[in-house]
Amino acid sequence: MAKIKNDNSNKTEEKLIISSAPHLRSKWSVKRTMYLVILALMLPTAAGIYFFGFNAIFVILTSVIAAVATEYLVKLLRKKPFVMDGSAVITGLLLALTLPPTIPLWMAAIGSVFAIAIAKEAFGGLGHNIFNPALAGRAFLQLSFPAQMSVWIAPSGFAPDAVTSASPLSDAFEKIGSNPEIYRELLIGNINGSLGETSALLLLAGGILLIILRVIDWRTPVAFIGATALLSLVLGQDAVYQVLSGGLMIGAFFMATDYVTTPMTRTGKIVFGIGAGILTVTIRLYGGYPEGVCFAILLMNAATPLIERYTQPRPYGLGKK
Amino acid sequence: MSGFSKEFKKGIVISNPVFVLALSLCPVLAVTDTLDKALGMSGAFALVIIASNLIISLMRKMIPDVVRIPVFVIIIATFVSIVEMLFQAYIPAIYSALGIYLSLLAVNCLILGRAEAFASRNKVSDSLADALGMSVGFCLALILISFFRELLGKGGITVFGNELFTLPVLAENPISVFGMSMGAFLVMGLLIAFFKQIGVIKDV
Repeated sequence: MAKIKNDNSNKTEEKLIISSAPHLRSKWSVKRTMYLVILALMLPTAAGIYFFGFNAIFVILTSVIAAVATEYLVKLLRKKPFVMDGSAVITGLLLALTLPPTIPLWMAAIGSVFAIAIAKEAFGGLGHNIFNPALAGRAFLQLSFPAQMSVWIAPSGFAPDAVTSASPLSDAFEKIGSNPEIYRELLIGNINGSLGETSALLLLAGGILLIILRVIDWRTPVAFIGATALLSLVLGQDAVYQVLSGGLMIGAFFMATDYVTTPMTRTGKIVFGIGAGILTVTIRLYGGYPEGVCFAILLMNAATPLIERYTQPRPYGLGKK
Repeated sequence: MSGFSKEFKKGIVISNPVFVLALSLCPVLAVTDTLDKALGMSGAFALVIIASNLIISLMRKMIPDVVRIPVFVIIIATFVSIVEMLFQAYIPAIYSALGIYLSLLAVNCLILGRAEAFASRNKVSDSLADALGMSVGFCLALILISFFRELLGKGGITVFGNELFTLPVLAENPISVFGMSMGAFLVMGLLIAFFKQIGVIKDV
């Protein structure tokens, strides 16, 4: 039984629709899920604002406003109803959190426009997109503006002067690796990097909150981070450093767990995580970019239909082929 | 000459080789990063398709059916060689910018397609009109795509060394994705979507 609004009449009418069983009702809705994710993202967002000050606030606001405005305009063009379900806010927020704090605001806006208009709506909107919109927007910016996308400033809060330096990932590992000091800084987030990727601890807290609330499944992040750590260890790298630095935490908890672009099946989630972990380490160590999480998840997004196909659970009672 | 104008017009909008038939995408996507290269490619394409359509239509009763494709390729390749030498002699800058894609016109699916589907079955005047229409349609499509790609990917428009105009912010920070092959797909897809939206291209 469902209630439907009749838009043709001025008065809102409720129609009864008869459908077959089971008639399950749940307090879950797209909106509720989205707002819980936004709530969890507030932790790393707060850390980003604390460490990078006004830069962070402006980049986040620009990115979110551009994403929501694009969503509204595209829905208008497609003659589809605009629903404020929070998915555009998440896309804008996630995109902002993966950007360097110094990025010119118009570039952040272009990233949001690309993420919503091309990566999401051109494929049919929420639920139909193949690639994670925020990551597609980030990849677009990375390819378009390589210079501005790799300026990393040391965190200085709201202080006016900022010091530019290399991202921890692009520094030589020998120089800073295996140093307990650096682990602490990486955990807290007091280190140069993207807006919301620096504080591993708060990202972990947000991720665990979502797992406890059953918004996301634990399998993907565990497989993703586990595969990254294991492969780093096998290849003779500092596994703790590899796990805590870069965009791995935000990617594993908030991007690789996207409902739309990653597998639905339990086995599929583990396969997705392991694949993304292997690709991340491969790109970090042997690729042309210091960070591989973004491209790793996008590549695994492309493999998602294949993973789902081979990990379909067999219905009870049906024999093996 | 209603037949002539009908055959001429169809190549421009109704069956535009790029936006509707979606043929010959390899050169379209590869050479449209600047307006110069797109114009050079359009010129070469027009010369080859007009000449080969004309010859093939003239010889259509002489060509044995079983070997028609090799014969078409030989005729087309002849004109491609001529055009290549002309470009190398008179506009060497464009010749080197176009690189392999000029020679690849010899196996271009659009030119071969028009030879097989049209010129070998229709009279000379219609074949000529078909080639002219396809050339105009191809040229317009390439100019449109390359205009947006150069504007966004380079931040301004430069035609044969003359700077027409530059955009204020983009000139320093061009969106370089539009200069890459990904940008070619993006611009072409968005243009097709736009033409469908305003009703120029109809769903088949």
